[in-house]
Amino acid sequence: MTQPRYARPDTIEEAVALLSTGRWRPLAGGTDFYPAQGSRPIRDSIVDLNGIAALRGIERTTEGIRIGARTSWTDIVRADLPPAFEGLRLAAREVGSVQIQNTGTVAGNLCNASPAADGVPPLLTLDASVELRSAAGTRVLPLQAFILGNRRTALRPDELVTAVLVPSASAGGRSTFLKLGARRYLVISIAMVAARIAVAAGRVTQAAIAVGSCSEVAKRLTALEADLVGRDADAALAHVVQEHHLAGLSPIDDVRASAAYRREAAREIVARAIARLAGAAEDMAA
Amino acid sequence: MSLAGKDIAFEVNGSRAVVNVSPVARLSAVLRDELGLTGTKVGCDAGDCGACTVLLDGEPVCSCLVPAAQAEGSSVTTVEGLANGHLSSLQKSFLAHGAAQCGICTPGLLVSAAALLEHTPHPSETEVADALGGVLCRCTGYRKIVEAVMAASRFHNLPDAMPAPGYAVGASPIRLDGIPKVNGTERFGADETPAGALAVVAIRSPHWHASFVLGDLDAYVAAHPGIAAVVTAKDVPGRNRFGVIAAFADQPALADGFVRFRGEAVALVAGEKEAIEDLDLAAFPIVWTALPHILDQAEARREGADLIHIARPGNILTQGMVERGDPDAALARAAVTASGDIETSFVEHAYIEPEAGSAWMDGDTLVIRACTQSAGIDRDETAAVLGLPLERVRIIPTATGGGFGSKLDVSVQPLLGLVVLKTGRPARMVYSRQESMMSTTKRHPARMRATIGADASGHIAGMIFDGDFDTGAYASWGPTVANRVPVHASGPYRTPNYRAVGRAVHTNGPIAGAFRGFGVPQATIMQETLYDELAGKLGIDRLEFRLRNALRDGDRTVTGQELASGVGILACLEALKSHWDRAQADARDANAADGHVRRGVGIASCWYGCGNTSLPNPSTMRIGISADGDVVLHQGAIDIGQGSNTVITQIAADALGLPLAKFRLVGADTALTPDAGKTSASRQTFVSGKAAQKAASALREAILRFANVSAAGRLHLDGTVLTVSEGEATRRIDLASLPRDALGYAFSAEESYDPPTLPLDAKGQGSPYAVYGYGAQLVELEVDTRLGTVRLLKITAAHDVGRAVNPLLVQGQVEGGIAQGIGLALLEEYVPGRTENLHDYLIPTIGDVPPIETIIVEVPDPEGPFGAKGLGEHVLIPTAPAILNAIRDAAGVLVTKVPATPSRVLAAIKAQGALR
Repeated sequence: MTQPRYARPDTIEEAVALLSTGRWRPLAGGTDFYPAQGSRPIRDSIVDLNGIAALRGIERTTEGIRIGARTSWTDIVRADLPPAFEGLRLAAREVGSVQIQNTGTVAGNLCNASPAADGVPPLLTLDASVELRSAAGTRVLPLQAFILGNRRTALRPDELVTAVLVPSASAGGRSTFLKLGARRYLVISIAMVAARIAVAAGRVTQAAIAVGSCSEVAKRLTALEADLVGRDADAALAHVVQEHHLAGLSPIDDVRASAAYRREAAREIVARAIARLAGAAEDMAA
Repeated sequence: MSLAGKDIAFEVNGSRAVVNVSPVARLSAVLRDELGLTGTKVGCDAGDCGACTVLLDGEPVCSCLVPAAQAEGSSVTTVEGLANGHLSSLQKSFLAHGAAQCGICTPGLLVSAAALLEHTPHPSETEVADALGGVLCRCTGYRKIVEAVMAASRFHNLPDAMPAPGYAVGASPIRLDGIPKVNGTERFGADETPAGALAVVAIRSPHWHASFVLGDLDAYVAAHPGIAAVVTAKDVPGRNRFGVIAAFADQPALADGFVRFRGEAVALVAGEKEAIEDLDLAAFPIVWTALPHILDQAEARREGADLIHIARPGNILTQGMVERGDPDAALARAAVTASGDIETSFVEHAYIEPEAGSAWMDGDTLVIRACTQSAGIDRDETAAVLGLPLERVRIIPTATGGGFGSKLDVSVQPLLGLVVLKTGRPARMVYSRQESMMSTTKRHPARMRATIGADASGHIAGMIFDGDFDTGAYASWGPTVANRVPVHASGPYRTPNYRAVGRAVHTNGPIAGAFRGFGVPQATIMQETLYDELAGKLGIDRLEFRLRNALRDGDRTVTGQELASGVGILACLEALKSHWDRAQADARDANAADGHVRRGVGIASCWYGCGNTSLPNPSTMRIGISADGDVVLHQGAIDIGQGSNTVITQIAADALGLPLAKFRLVGADTALTPDAGKTSASRQTFVSGKAAQKAASALREAILRFANVSAAGRLHLDGTVLTVSEGEATRRIDLASLPRDALGYAFSAEESYDPPTLPLDAKGQGSPYAVYGYGAQLVELEVDTRLGTVRLLKITAAHDVGRAVNPLLVQGQVEGGIAQGIGLALLEEYVPGRTENLHDYLIPTIGDVPPIETIIVEVPDPEGPFGAKGLGEHVLIPTAPAILNAIRDAAGVLVTKVPATPSRVLAAIKAQGALR
């Protein structure tokens, strides 16, 4: 048995060079790494990403907003971001506990690919994409194309997630996030919704609604979005939500709730999220 | 092979530390194992409990999720760093508010709160909850923690709270064992490692029912450097069978050839710590053959079902029955009846401290130091498994980080003993969270059916109850549940015609054992929800209906026991009257608008017999005054956070007539303390308290006799001079000059107390308990009828404790019990094989417990010390039924399976088609 290796590179270039040399298991915030490991001994070679300063932080670029892969959920909570990111900020406050938010990273939440990942629905509503680097180069995948299923992603073994990108065009409007769980803190959601709506002259110009924990990967409700656009952003907007809008979800029965309940609850919280945003739009108009 | 070690330098609590460890070692392990900072606790190793919270550069993190390399160059603050030689105002506030009970979660809470207070010195309740939401506490119900953090800025000095002589009973001094719980020095099961100790891990069954064949274990040991031994059933020198109730003892310490449940231990691997940590247990040489299994108790009871234990026909472990009058005729005649079914789930104790301990030989005596609820049971069971005489096993319990019933059964104790006997070396064993959850006991899932009838004037005519309780693979406390339930299923109400049957049914599921209330919380859900239905049918106010039927002094219980005096249920219900009226009015106002959020109010009662059911149950206490002028109480009643160290000493102080401040405790140790029995059945304040009262009174008499002074004499202890005065006469006794008695004291006394009970006959008639405690709780909540979610608004709890020896600790028990009742009602469902962690198995967080108003009712019991009754289990019994009754009041539907999750509440609402 060969002894596994440990590396703590300082730069992205060093990290991807390592990844091209064999099998490495990345470690960043550790909040999924250790629970997955349990008490079993660690036999993998570990590439510890915590030394790479360039991976952490939020910056505005000409294309939009770039969230470094190692940016923690606390960083998101504290960041000065436009109102379109309010849903992401609310979700950040629901990731585990303060302790988890202080170490858990945005990219880690995506790479872990849990159907109940709190960060995914709001990032979907922001049309986020994932920047992947390898020794061979950089590619950018839409978030929907990055998370393939329950615990499955498009990440290749030689690749590193370096950033999550939100285009300027999707950074407008207001957003919110609702998490339905069986208890107040530290809870895996039964269902959750992120919603972002842009309004001009009292009408919805953009709508992005995503539901989590009700399918293998959180899903955008595109039919609903289409039905929302062009409508008056008033209290009646929530009534647009119909059962068929959620037809694309495929909830399961598990210890947290029944599939039937999830379907029902998802519709309800989607309507509430829209009502909250429409109410806010009315407030602004008034 | 694991990663190579690396030097890592960082600052801990202001001092520089350098360790050579794997760069991906968990920081929690580095702090505890390398730096000896055991104040940081490990509860789950998964970020689910927050017990290991430390500050990393000022920010709270779960140190179990932080790689050691991440600490390089940073600054770490642990609970040991909060004090700096004196207690911080936060720590003082925790003590003054009674915010630490067992103390296992306290370091994580203190560290998290310290980070909050650093930038928010006067936090709101919401800010406190947001900051502490990631730390689970299973004892306190969180309310005292919230208060303590909010008030921290005021606590520059600890209140000088030691009561004056003669006034200890009724006072709320800071708990006598409190300081170590807030400064990180308390030693729990995992906090000690004897020099040279072998680490021990168990190989456990992944199957519900299976046979197995072990491979070549000698070759396995030889192939693994650092592994000292593998221990199997062949190595068990004594009786390979344990169980708390001797007549039913049936669980092997290590299974011999086949297992009856998932998690059953089949072998132990002992070795050097590094070798054990590097072991891949999946490679252990064992071949399993899975066998058909039964997890459903209805299936287990079916004709022809496979027997889990050959000698237990029908898979019935035992059945209890109580019958009085003619219930069938009474129900036939009743003006109204209500019938129903209720189902409950496995509930996990979820103490934040997984089982842990260490053991070694001291001469030819095996010494075991582990967390426990009973030193005596540990000694007896371990000695039996090891084939040792009792005097060769010494149990010195560590502090216990929560028990709630499960730590009455042995866990690590016999396993450690086997390793020490086989290897001759000290050994240490710490259960992982998963191991703790899969292998230790649960609350029995119940399937109950009952009918209760009342006459037209609203008086109960009769009741029939039948309940099956899934006791899992082994007996544990199943017989106690089967026997306690029929005695209590009537509730504290006059029930002249009654038949109740309780069965403990074997399955291949987790072992169900003792859990705060022994089946009575489940049975009370059945009875109290039917009471609401009856009141509704009769058109009588629900509280009034209960007042009308409440037991009074002089009444007979369903077992025919006459309760001559001390019956406090009426006083508890009356204490809730004004709150009930106010809550009803508030609910009417809130529901006036026609929204989808509906408010409801619910009420339920409890009664509970303190101590063993019709069985001997003695406690013995020793007290002495030393030549140096210490009053020494040999207090063997295990304090698992509930406060027996403090309460029993308060009782002793007033019985003796010397101030509490003069007392020194000798803690539980089978070599130093007489047997005070187990911390169970709400018996310690009553039984051990009474033994302490008797011992202290005997000591007082001995002193008065020596001084030739009457019973009115007053004692005063100053240094080594004991002064006894009566009127003008004063007698000075120089303790140092007195000869020492056989125990080494100037004066000493030892007394036992065993509560007077009478056996139950074939129809369950008799006097099973000497003392009962009573209570009633009122719940106000909102139901979101579109999501099925429940938001608790307030719980008002009136509990008759006879005499509140320590009112602050009474409140602590009430609030903590209510939190567990909330879990039972709304959250907690242990699904065997699926929820073996604290993120799928949900206990209440700090955001799930509403404000609680505790009303202490004192109807003295003639038998209890200073009139005191037990309390520990009573407090969670009314909570779940009161919540279900409030949900029905709000939403018009009774949820018949708990926990009433949003899924179940909404399904009930939709089934009813009642509201929308």
